[in-house]
Parts: sequence; structure tokens; C-alpha cells
Amino acid sequence: MNTAQHVQALNQQAQPLHDTVLARLTEKFGDAVLGSRIDYDFPVFEIKREAICDVLKFLKDDEQLNFHFLTTACGLHFPDHHGREMGMMYQLHNWPANTRIRILVHFPDQDAVMPTITTIWPAANWMEREAYDFFGIIFKGHPNLKRILNMEDITFFPLRKEFPLEDPTREDKDDTMFGR
Amino acid sequence: MSNHDIGKLAEPEEKVYTTLNLGPTHPATHGIFQNVLKMDGEIIVEAEPTIGYIHRAFEKLAERRPYNQVTPITDRLNYCSSPINNMGWHMTVEKLIGAELPKRVEYMRVVVMELARIADHIICNSVIGVDTGAMTGFLYIFQWREKIYDIYEQICGARLTTNIGRIGGFERNFSDKVWSLIDDFVRDFPKGLTEFSNLLERNRIFMDRTINAGPVSQKMALEYSFTGPNLRAAGIDHDVRVMNPYSSYQDFDFTIPIGTQGDVYDRFMVRQQEMWESLSIIKQALKNIDRKSPVFSGDVPEFVLPEKAEVYNNMEALIYHFKIVMGETEVPAGEVYHSVEGGNGELGYYLISDGGRTPYRLHMRRPCFIYYQAYPEIIKGSMLSDAILTMSSMNVIAGELDA
Repeated sequence: MNTAQHVQALNQQAQPLHDTVLARLTEKFGDAVLGSRIDYDFPVFEIKREAICDVLKFLKDDEQLNFHFLTTACGLHFPDHHGREMGMMYQLHNWPANTRIRILVHFPDQDAVMPTITTIWPAANWMEREAYDFFGIIFKGHPNLKRILNMEDITFFPLRKEFPLEDPTREDKDDTMFGR
Repeated sequence: MSNHDIGKLAEPEEKVYTTLNLGPTHPATHGIFQNVLKMDGEIIVEAEPTIGYIHRAFEKLAERRPYNQVTPITDRLNYCSSPINNMGWHMTVEKLIGAELPKRVEYMRVVVMELARIADHIICNSVIGVDTGAMTGFLYIFQWREKIYDIYEQICGARLTTNIGRIGGFERNFSDKVWSLIDDFVRDFPKGLTEFSNLLERNRIFMDRTINAGPVSQKMALEYSFTGPNLRAAGIDHDVRVMNPYSSYQDFDFTIPIGTQGDVYDRFMVRQQEMWESLSIIKQALKNIDRKSPVFSGDVPEFVLPEKAEVYNNMEALIYHFKIVMGETEVPAGEVYHSVEGGNGELGYYLISDGGRTPYRLHMRRPCFIYYQAYPEIIKGSMLSDAILTMSSMNVIAGELDA
């Protein structure tokens, strides 16, 4: 089986779920749903930053959709995407129906502020602290927003793409041919 | 507060709390965990965990490494069951490229992963014994962990941080020695596990010590995104192996043990029962593996290193060999999430590929990073010695917590 067929097969499996969730979200939130796609077996929905709390709360509490479990959340950085450099990814899981979706929010790096979802899932507390620690995303309303894995006195956000992995002043190594 | 006036009891507002630094190097914390506790006598009023002492920036490191070089990073997440982490990563990349593996390889993986689960649970459960003051079980059952490590060693040459298998299969076929070690283990381990069970499971002192210590309700477990044995001890039968079967887990017949009140004893018993289930899965896999077959990897030439003889005599093989060694394998662009049931919960890899030689972004869903944040709430109001016990029964592994 080649990759394209494999991806297509997974996409087809996720299509009905994608359609259902998209219909419910657009019906309820209209313009706040900026786009949707299917990545492998995951329906992905891009949501407006201002509406993210309401959307997640709706997805959690709605009896039909019932995405009650927050699997994971993490920050993203795409420096080439102008005006939407930063992002947050949330992954939700409905256990009884065994359906999973991914929610994306994008925003500019000059304005890296997100509403907190710790009021919806306490589990988001450390996930958001991690996103703040590594990407510098400020979570408004977070009960304890401080660095979690790095030292408290560092001034940079290491998982942003502009932060070099190696000492940039090093001269003994040439990475023009290999490496990113 | 003055000690002269013995008849006068302290008023609530002038109550004196003690601040206690538990960790980072206290031996009972089993790793580098720090908790600043606010104590009222021996009762914990508040706890503030500090983590990150062995943070090694795996997610950043992965952005500079070719796909097959990310595997050694995953070893160092939950280092009590490295093979599960390795296999989880292999399967994530296989999902990205759309590789299909032969049944034999998938069953071999199941055998290795279940051995790893047993080793993980042995460590956790025997350490609960140690924390209650029962060293004996720990000393006896650790020899079985040694035997599992001997099997790893025969398969891949390493014992703890295994880097076992490759994207697309295994690095080599299992030798006769491997099969005989696995057979010996499957034959003899029930005796060892029964002996360990007899020492602790119905031991009055152990039960009195662990029942009702550090309970986690179902509601709390769901709100804090618990997964793995800790969740199942609270009475929710969620297991990734059953919900989203990978590596042919749907072919195996096993039950998900659950507890009732999610206390230390339930977590202990869930793990005990899971070891028996793992053993049964290994037996079923062994029954269905053709030991003489030469197949140990799928048709994934971009990632499986070709035989040396092939490299010398076949142009294609030479090209693939060069590309794999130089880390120039092409992968499709895309976003993929894959999760496996690790030793302590749902271990997931969220991989964004832009088609380059390394992951563009790799996020690891590390189960104990997520559930450890509930620890202050669980131990609030309990005794200090129960807090130690709760921590060891939650199977928090520093390597995974700090990534």
C-alpha cells in the first residue's frame, strides 16, 4: 500500500465524524469556525481565538458530541505563516463513541495571548504552563502561570523556531549541507 | 507560641504550620521530585510540586534528528518500559508513511511490549512494597526483571535504554537464544509472581496500610486526564490497546482489570492483574509466531537497513543504505497522532512533518506529566507517609515527567 492510498483510507474513515462535528459547530458558532480538514484519521477544526473557550465547553458538555476527555494540548510555532505564527493544539476524545478530534487556534506572535481552559479541564493547567514555558504564550486567567520545566530566570522560549539548538557562535561545524 | 502555659490550647488563627521540603533527593521520592509541603503536624495542608530537574528538551532535540535517531530519545521517557516508547515512535512514523507490517513482526512487537509492561509493573509494585516497609517482595521479584532485561539484551544488545526495533520492523530476527529465554520466562514467571502475590496481596499489614490511602475518584481521574492503571484503579475500563488497537492487539483475548475506589491498594492490584494478562497475551502471541520464518521487518526500504550483502551487490540497496545512514530519507508532509498504552498510561506522539529529514515539531503526550498535577490534591489532608506511598503507587517516572 502506498502512502496516498493509506492516507485516503484513513481520511474516509474520519469523514462522517468530520461532517457531524462541523455541522454542529457551524450551526452553533457560525463564523468562529475558520476551517476544517482531515489529517490522517483526525478531523481538525480551526477555531477563532476569542471563541475557543465556548467551543471547547460546548464540545465537552454536548450530549451528542461528548468530547469529555482532554487528551493533550501543546503550543506550535510556524514562523513562515505571516500573521498566524503561533498556535495552540487541543486534542479531545469521546470515550464511549471512541471518536477523536483536534482543535487548532492560530494567532500572531506579537500578540501571543490565549484564554485559559483550566476552568473546563483542570488537566490543562500544566499543559498551558508548558506552552507558556516553551513558546511564551500567555494564558489569560491561568491560576499559576509560571515556567514549569525550565529554570525560572531564563528570558527566552526554547521551542520557538528562532531559538537555536546549538550554540550559534560555534565555528567548528558546518551545517550547510546536512541538518536544519 | 509560649510553652509555659500548658493549659491553654492554640487558637486556630495562631496555628503554626511547618514547611517541609520533600525532595528533590530524598530516597523515598524515587527520583528527582520536589514537593514543598505545608504541614500541620503530620497532616499535609498544601503541596506545591516543582518539576523539571532532569529536563533534557526532547521535543527540541527531535527537531534536529532524522526520524530513526529520535528512537533513542524515546528510550529516556519512561525508562522502566523503554521498548513500549520505542515501538510507539516506530508506529507513529509508520502511520505517517503508510507502512504495513507482516503479522509476525507485529506479534513479535507485542511480545516485547508486554514483557516491558511486566517489567514496568514489577518495579512499581515492588517499590510500593518497599515504601510500606516490606523489602522481601522487592528483593525476590527483581530477579524476574533481570530475566526480562536479559531478553532485551539478546534481542538488541541493551538492557535499560533499549532502542529496540526499527521503523518498519526489527533490526534482526530473534535468535534461538531469544526464543528459549522467552520460553523460560513464560514457564517460570508465574511461580515468581505467585510468590510475590502471596507476600503482599492478602497481607493484613499491607492491606491496612494501603486501603483508603490516596484515593482518586472517577470524576477527578477524568478531569485530570488520567490514563493507564491509575485510571483503571478508579473503575474506568479505558485501555488504548482495546480502544484503538495497534500492532494487532485486536487478535488477542485479554481483560482490562479495574479497581473500585482508586486508592493505593487498587492501583497495586490492577497492576498485579495486568501482569497476568500480559503473560497471557505473550503466550497467545508465541502460539501464533512461526519461529523459523526469516521475516522480521516489513517492506519499508526507506527505513529498514538492507543486508550488507545486498548493499554490495544491488544498486537500489546501496542507495537506500546511504540515504538511511545519512538521514536523508524522504517522508510525506502531514500531521499524525499515534498513541500506545505505555506502562503508566496513554503515551502519544503528535508529529508534524513538513517533508524534511527531521520532524518539524514533535509533541509527546507523556501520561505522568499530565496526571502528576493531581498529586497535591490527592495528598491534601493525608499523612506524610501516605503521600510517599501515593507517589510510588502512581508510577511517576522522572524521565517521562521532565522529558
